[in-house]
Amino acid sequence: MSNFIIIDRRKNPSGKNLPNRQRFLKRVRKHLSKQIKDAMKNRNIDQDGGEEIIVPKDDINEPGFDYDHNSGNWDRILPGNRDYLVGDKIEKTKSQPGTGGNEGSENSGPDDEFRFTISRDEYLDLVFDDLELPDMIKKSEKAAVITQRARAGFQINGTPSSIDLIRSLKNSIGRRVALHRPTKEQVDMQRLLVESLEKTADIDKQKEELNIAQLELEAMLKKQRSVSWIDPMDIRYKRWESRPVPNSRAVMFCLMDVSGSMGEKEKETSKRFFLLLYLFLIRQYTHVDIVFVRHTETAKECDEKEFFNSTESGGTVISTGLTLINDIITKRYPLNSWNIYTAQTTDGDNVSADNSRVSELLDILLKKVQYYVYLEIQSIPEYQNELFSSGIVNEIWKIMGDFSTVYDNLCFDKLGGIDAVVPAFRKIFSKEKKKTK
Amino acid sequence: MTQPLFTGSEWDYEMLYRAIDECGIIAKEELKLDTYKNQLEIVTSEQMLDAYASVGMPIFYSHWSFGKKFSRERELYQKGKRGLAYELVINSNPCINYLMEENTACTQVLVIAHAAFGHNHFFKNNSVFRQWTDASGIVDYLVFAKKYIGDCEDRYGEDEVGKTLDAAHSLMMHGVDRYRRPTKLSLVKEKERQIDRMNYLEKSINDLWRTLPNVKVKVEEKEEIFPKSPEENLLYFLEKHSPVLKGWQREVLRIVRKIAQYFYPQYQTKVMNEGWASFCHYYIMNRLYDKGLLTEGAMLEFIQLHTSVLWQPPYSSKNYSGMNPYYLGFEIFMDIKRICTDPTEEDKEWFPQLIGKAWIDVCHDVVINYRDESFIRQHLSPYLIRKLKLFSLENDSNKTDYFVLAIHDRNGYKHIINKLADQYEIDAWVPKIEIVDADVKKTRMLILNYTNNNSRVLSSIHGEVINNIKKLWGHEVSLRSV
Repeated sequence: MSNFIIIDRRKNPSGKNLPNRQRFLKRVRKHLSKQIKDAMKNRNIDQDGGEEIIVPKDDINEPGFDYDHNSGNWDRILPGNRDYLVGDKIEKTKSQPGTGGNEGSENSGPDDEFRFTISRDEYLDLVFDDLELPDMIKKSEKAAVITQRARAGFQINGTPSSIDLIRSLKNSIGRRVALHRPTKEQVDMQRLLVESLEKTADIDKQKEELNIAQLELEAMLKKQRSVSWIDPMDIRYKRWESRPVPNSRAVMFCLMDVSGSMGEKEKETSKRFFLLLYLFLIRQYTHVDIVFVRHTETAKECDEKEFFNSTESGGTVISTGLTLINDIITKRYPLNSWNIYTAQTTDGDNVSADNSRVSELLDILLKKVQYYVYLEIQSIPEYQNELFSSGIVNEIWKIMGDFSTVYDNLCFDKLGGIDAVVPAFRKIFSKEKKKTK
Repeated sequence: MTQPLFTGSEWDYEMLYRAIDECGIIAKEELKLDTYKNQLEIVTSEQMLDAYASVGMPIFYSHWSFGKKFSRERELYQKGKRGLAYELVINSNPCINYLMEENTACTQVLVIAHAAFGHNHFFKNNSVFRQWTDASGIVDYLVFAKKYIGDCEDRYGEDEVGKTLDAAHSLMMHGVDRYRRPTKLSLVKEKERQIDRMNYLEKSINDLWRTLPNVKVKVEEKEEIFPKSPEENLLYFLEKHSPVLKGWQREVLRIVRKIAQYFYPQYQTKVMNEGWASFCHYYIMNRLYDKGLLTEGAMLEFIQLHTSVLWQPPYSSKNYSGMNPYYLGFEIFMDIKRICTDPTEEDKEWFPQLIGKAWIDVCHDVVINYRDESFIRQHLSPYLIRKLKLFSLENDSNKTDYFVLAIHDRNGYKHIINKLADQYEIDAWVPKIEIVDADVKKTRMLILNYTNNNSRVLSSIHGEVINNIKKLWGHEVSLRSV
């Protein structure tokens, strides 16, 4: 039937509601961030699936003038009468019959709550909201080596391929107007006039008119020939210039201590931190290299799978890791074109003979990197808390303390357990941090 | 022997085209339906959810409340608490129908009969729709609205535009000309009007105009009430007369108002519209079966679908949520057909004007000339009142008991018919609120009157609405109950 068209819309992108969804999330933002914080403590960051969010209804009301359904005198028609006769009285109970139906019970929770689920992506966006790699720009200002061609106005000579048509024609129009070049329409009109006069011209007066018209036409044609439609002087070429672009290439070194002295819990905490770091980097930055290094008494560069999954143990010689990082920097990441970051987790239980070596290497590395994060994992049972805080500190911690007075790109902290990972992470990479320094 | 339209539950295009042809023959020759061109769109369930959130329209401007609606619908759907509608139909020309891909073959045919013929005929012929909406202009208008609001967001920020929309939405039910017939939506005119507004703005800031010698006009000082007569269209009044709104905000109010106006007929004809569409699908499906185009299995599936939507839970059931408009409308149309073809003595007494008429002509006349309130008032029969066991309950807020005023007996019919019809008057569910005075010369206080109907009070949320009006008006606002 010609009156019908069938269109298959299934291939059309769904997600028309994305802008609406974003506006909605923005509106309930303050509730989100609080609940995300709570959720982060309990859930695994790489866990699939979304997170249920509860928002008080009052904040997302869509008010309108409406009756209070419990008020007033009304009579209403109801269906399904079985027993009542005219004049019967029915006691008013809590469940009033026919008071507007169950409009309020559309949601699963109590009436004053609105529940919905945010996706994993939306969840991660909120987790990483307001975080950044510090000092990304400092290095780039120092050594801008990459340039990019950019448009910059016009020039009067160049290759034909870079002619700017619009600009050229604008000039041409201006010149033609200024020099009174007759347009095609004007010439055509004149020609018509001449032709019509030629047909009718009998008497002298008309012949004279024809004469004038012919002369005018000739003058016009002459003018057209002498003033060209487009002239080399009209032509403009696009001008390009090279501009330095800020360099935002960055590399993050992840250095994890997997020695025997790190217990299961410590390793778990440390992995959790790196996992968070890894997710953060791949989500927020498109051009960040990540180098994974694990060390015991020897250090080894590995891929992410091995880094997160393989098990190893042995003694602790931190300097091996630092040496390897230093070598990799020298070989692969020239300082003038890379921003370098390092994050290290360890229990700080280093072989004491190695400490001076660590000190030397740190001195070298801290000069090269933008930011150095040192996290000491200390999962201490409750009862040792006081003992711990009373000041038993290892050598590496002391070294870090000393360096931090000299270098302000060093950040060192202690991590108590898995619970502390996310807050510590947010503290380390928060945008605010830099300003307070 | 005729080949049935389909045997399993799978559908394909060939089947759809055949179903359209066969339904079309019945619709045209037997039901004499006159429809807009149809555009059937096959959509996924996700796209159906999208459409839900934007009040069923194919395109709509962005606002957080639609995001909220979408989140809720998706949540309910994913948890299996609610199924999606089988169809969605838009009052546009061509008439757009959404068919979900998950529907079975039987459902698709049902949807085509229900929406593409039933609703479509109603949209095209009912006088309320003809008067108040312009089916051919709506999609263009929505495209314009989306672009305009998007541009505003770019220029003035999402937050500012969002706030204006919040305020305007809260007055949506009071942004309608109830009695005055609105001008038809036209994109061209809308654009022209915008250019006029721009030109006016330009004039008012153009320096040349400032150099013109001041023309002094003596203003007659006189105490005058403004507006001269009470204004029921609050959004219209604020758009035209608010002293604080910027040009774009007035436009936004106008857009919300125009869209509210477009939906207004749907509120007034819900029972009839759904009833008529159900009547059509019921008739067409039965005729298809008679012709051997539906298998017995398909017919059983149809009856199951039909009865799961078209039923009326009694007041005491926990499923009760008011009168089911589909059921009420369907039953009244079926009843009209019954009275025309096989009247009882009682019918002859109550509906002498229908006796002996062709039912199809009567139905067409009803579709064209009535809206819910008059439809019920004039066509609800004693037979149907008995079938539904309707009764009337009075609530006096000062008494501890409800009082049964009338039941389905000879003394009660008239009362029940009138009271049920009253329930479908728009005042029964939208409080009547009018602007009576704006005091433009002095305090600029805006005074609203709430016409108190049977001592019903406004729900507590009206304070927020008043605040929204204050934002739009820029000065004090007071609401009085009269």
